[in-house]
Amino acid sequence: MDSRNTKVMNRFDITSRLIAKLKHEEAVIGGIGNTNFDLWAAGHRPQNFYMLGSMGLAFPIALGVALAQPGRRVFALEGDGSLLMQLGALSTIAALKPKNLIMIVMDNGIYQITGAQPTPAAGVADIVGIATASGLVRSSWAADEEDFERLVDEAMSADEPSLIAVRIDDKPGVGTTRRDPVQIRERFMHGLGVREPL
Amino acid sequence: MAIAEQQATSDITWHGIVLQTLKRNEIGLIPYVPDRVLTPLIKNLHADPFFTTFATAREEEAVGIVSGAWMGGRRGAVLMQTSGFATLANVLASLAVPYQIPLIMFVSERGTLGEFNYGQSLVCRTMRPVLDSLALEHHTITRLDELEFIADRSIKQAVTTQAPVALILNPLLTGGKVFDK
Repeated sequence: MDSRNTKVMNRFDITSRLIAKLKHEEAVIGGIGNTNFDLWAAGHRPQNFYMLGSMGLAFPIALGVALAQPGRRVFALEGDGSLLMQLGALSTIAALKPKNLIMIVMDNGIYQITGAQPTPAAGVADIVGIATASGLVRSSWAADEEDFERLVDEAMSADEPSLIAVRIDDKPGVGTTRRDPVQIRERFMHGLGVREPL
Repeated sequence: MAIAEQQATSDITWHGIVLQTLKRNEIGLIPYVPDRVLTPLIKNLHADPFFTTFATAREEEAVGIVSGAWMGGRRGAVLMQTSGFATLANVLASLAVPYQIPLIMFVSERGTLGEFNYGQSLVCRTMRPVLDSLALEHHTITRLDELEFIADRSIKQAVTTQAPVALILNPLLTGGKVFDK
């Protein structure tokens, strides 16, 4: 949208900047496709969870983790196309107000992985406007990389959930997640301290 | 006297048994999409501070939430209606089953035994074929005296085998919803 005075950034770079900031075993949920490919490429951590389907559920899954472990910060990385599938989740999160949940939307206006078709929202809808109107008052566009890092720092000590939207380019993900759902889930549970390895 | 009528004059109700069985199995996170038949259960869950009970916009959202919560060490269950279950094939096949998540679903069964909405009767017929196509455990509960056994054992089996289960609450158990205007 014209009103977005924001720089077009890169998903892998933004994801890497986020991961570099995590010092307290924060959980990170990576949405379907390029979003979790770049999370994987940024360097696997035991507290990362990679979705291999269920498009649109990164925020709900992260909400569940946040409700289960209120003492741990939980990040969710989601694409704009995925979020459009589950906009109602924003209101659910706004109603529950988990202060340890931080949502990051990677918005390139396209379904990059299926052939870069534009989303129905591209050019007409504003993700931050939708989030704010859904009740998530701490929702902002990141103006550039430095602003993104500042918003993450603020969100880490906020007393309500935060949403940070980032305008990104049309580049595909840098890596490819190993598609082993049972191992992904088990390692994540180890990373969250829920289980010990056999 | 039908079971539903007996419940009205007795302290033992289907929804009371479900609530106590959830509590005994430490299932405290209850996202739901409402249904008329589930109303007394939802009301009592909201009233009990043991439970964190809240509405979601869609059933698959609720599945995502309890899946995340289980990975974080907190147990949950999803309440829905038959038509809501019909929206879940993708999330069952791409999240709950392949990641081996003990997703516990209570489905209030519409579409049979006196259904008045043709769409409900049609969508009901898709439920068991979807469950069977993924080889998911499911039980249709018709009797009050079998409810606790089926629910308690099924929850324990879901957790220990890390597999989803659907508990279908039939009108013979709950009274169902009947045409009234």
